[in-house]
Amino acid sequence: MNYNADEKGYYGEFGGAFIPEMLYPNVEELRQNYLKLMYEDSFQKEFNQLLKDYVGRPSPLYFAKRLSEKHGCKIYLKREDLNHTGAHKVNNTIGQILMAQKLGKTRIIAETGAGQHGVATATVCALMGMECIVYMGEIDIARQAPNVARMKMLGAEVRPAKSGSRTLKDATNEAIRDWINNPVDTHYIIGSAIGPHPYPDMVTRFQSVISEEIKWQLKEKEGRENPDYVVACIGGGSNAAGTYYHFLHEAEVGIIAVEAAGKGVNSGESAATSALGKVGIIHGCKTMLMQTTDGQITEPYSISAGLDYPGVGPMHSHLFKSGRAEFYSATDDEAMAAGLELSQLEGIIPAIETGHAFAIFEHKKFKKDDVVVISLSGRGDKDLNTYIDYFKLA
Amino acid sequence: MSNRITLKLKEDKKLLSIYFTAGYPSLNDTVQIIQDLEKNGVDMIEIGLPFSDPLADGPTIQESSTAALKNGMTTEILFNQIKDIRKSVSIPLIIMGYFNPVLQYGVEAFCKKCQEIGIDGLILPDLPLDVYQEDYEATFKKYGLINVFLITPQTSDERINQIDSASDGFIYMVSSASVTGSKSGFGQEQENYFERISAMNLKNPQIVGFGIKDEETFQQATKTAKGAIIGSAFIKHLTANGANSVAEFVKTIR
Repeated sequence: MNYNADEKGYYGEFGGAFIPEMLYPNVEELRQNYLKLMYEDSFQKEFNQLLKDYVGRPSPLYFAKRLSEKHGCKIYLKREDLNHTGAHKVNNTIGQILMAQKLGKTRIIAETGAGQHGVATATVCALMGMECIVYMGEIDIARQAPNVARMKMLGAEVRPAKSGSRTLKDATNEAIRDWINNPVDTHYIIGSAIGPHPYPDMVTRFQSVISEEIKWQLKEKEGRENPDYVVACIGGGSNAAGTYYHFLHEAEVGIIAVEAAGKGVNSGESAATSALGKVGIIHGCKTMLMQTTDGQITEPYSISAGLDYPGVGPMHSHLFKSGRAEFYSATDDEAMAAGLELSQLEGIIPAIETGHAFAIFEHKKFKKDDVVVISLSGRGDKDLNTYIDYFKLA
Repeated sequence: MSNRITLKLKEDKKLLSIYFTAGYPSLNDTVQIIQDLEKNGVDMIEIGLPFSDPLADGPTIQESSTAALKNGMTTEILFNQIKDIRKSVSIPLIIMGYFNPVLQYGVEAFCKKCQEIGIDGLILPDLPLDVYQEDYEATFKKYGLINVFLITPQTSDERINQIDSASDGFIYMVSSASVTGSKSGFGQEQENYFERISAMNLKNPQIVGFGIKDEETFQQATKTAKGAIIGSAFIKHLTANGANSVAEFVKTIR
């Protein structure tokens, strides 16, 4: 089975481009050019140079000795938290800002949940001297104050999304509306592996540097390129897509996704899309999404703003439906406990999103010889206030 | 019987079409608003099926949709409200909404229900041309529904011709690069765009939408086009004056 996007952007039955005609010229321009542009030698050279000198890649693959002892398997951490700006998000924004330049765009818009993608976008806009507007849900602005300040300091304008649940899905709606209103000079940097084709595929390809590095790094450490499992948390699914990409067609590599169960999958306050979702259309693609029987998109919940999204990228819907990936979900409490455990066993404070991936050990038992690579997608600095409140640290 | 839209488009007049969100201001205003619109000389109606995430709409329609959903509007309730609408209303009725609620209802079941009720067409902005043609055109036609496509100032001539040949009613001509309800008045840019499309001599007449809010903009839009659609301005009027104020609004247009 093919787990990549086909020419029309479908992963099995999922994907496509369900966009209003107002967006057609923009999306079509991107669709026709993205592969050609991103694989030009000059583009690859500039992209790789920036990833190396500016982002700090390759990010280390770190053998987590104490965590491994605790959970009885060999755990490697892919340290995306050590990237400039503190998460994997910057891999994609570097790629897309170069794409925007090639397409002659002068104005950048983005949506953000936790603020990591917003910061990564504001960063590359500052780097390239481009105007930057970031849409962020009002609720997320309140719970991710440090990232809002960072974006402002980087020269971006942060516009609050005040409609609906006032979180990531609404910020995405607002960004799409902005793009409709500004069709000529603006490029929309989508931060996750979602949206109309070619976004899921383009974002996945930019993030695929994660699994590309894991392969040669693991070869150095273990003498083999393929681990037994790769594990990532999933909101829209960009770090997961990048972590899985080069293993999708390696049958011996188990693929594990951990979604946010919020207060419990059946609590009514959850973002566990694979468990609660049905096939539908959200933000321009056909995918699994949480919705009412009437087709209204429901408001998700997770303690982590970055996973607080009612859908999942079309690639992941296909991995779920086809059985290629195992899907689990971790509650707020499990994710917070896993974050604390990682902090105290390895001296690494993860983002709460990332904490969900580490909660896998609550749900799955690995064998002693299993090599498990976990995507440490982001660092926890931005979440300190939430950690302080939750663990009463102050 | 010919589709009511087709017949209406043959009339020798500029058409006034009104959009409103079903279930707004109150859940059960739907039928009354439709009847009053016809009574006051409106030529065609777009009944808005509210959606939680209306990407192509500005704040006015977004808020009316949120309010309608809060009032309890669902696809099933809308169909029940208008099940006998053809006993009292004879102008063309179009359901306008987003694709996901239709997909969840079941596209064929939705189309069948529309035919039973006497709905003449659908406007689903996020159902793209290629998906429609590959997967749904046969179903829409089976139930006598006209599917209406949008064009914008950014749509290329080639794409417009493609859309024209895929259409069999009218083309919804979005007046400017915008979501609904966001521009005030038309400038030279719009005039040029209207002229350009008019000069293409398309087989389908065009009806202009987005940015029509009063008599002046209606006149400007219909100088070359067959008609115009008013949405946000009508909803704002309902918000301010209540569901019984339909006549007042229509009189200000013509």
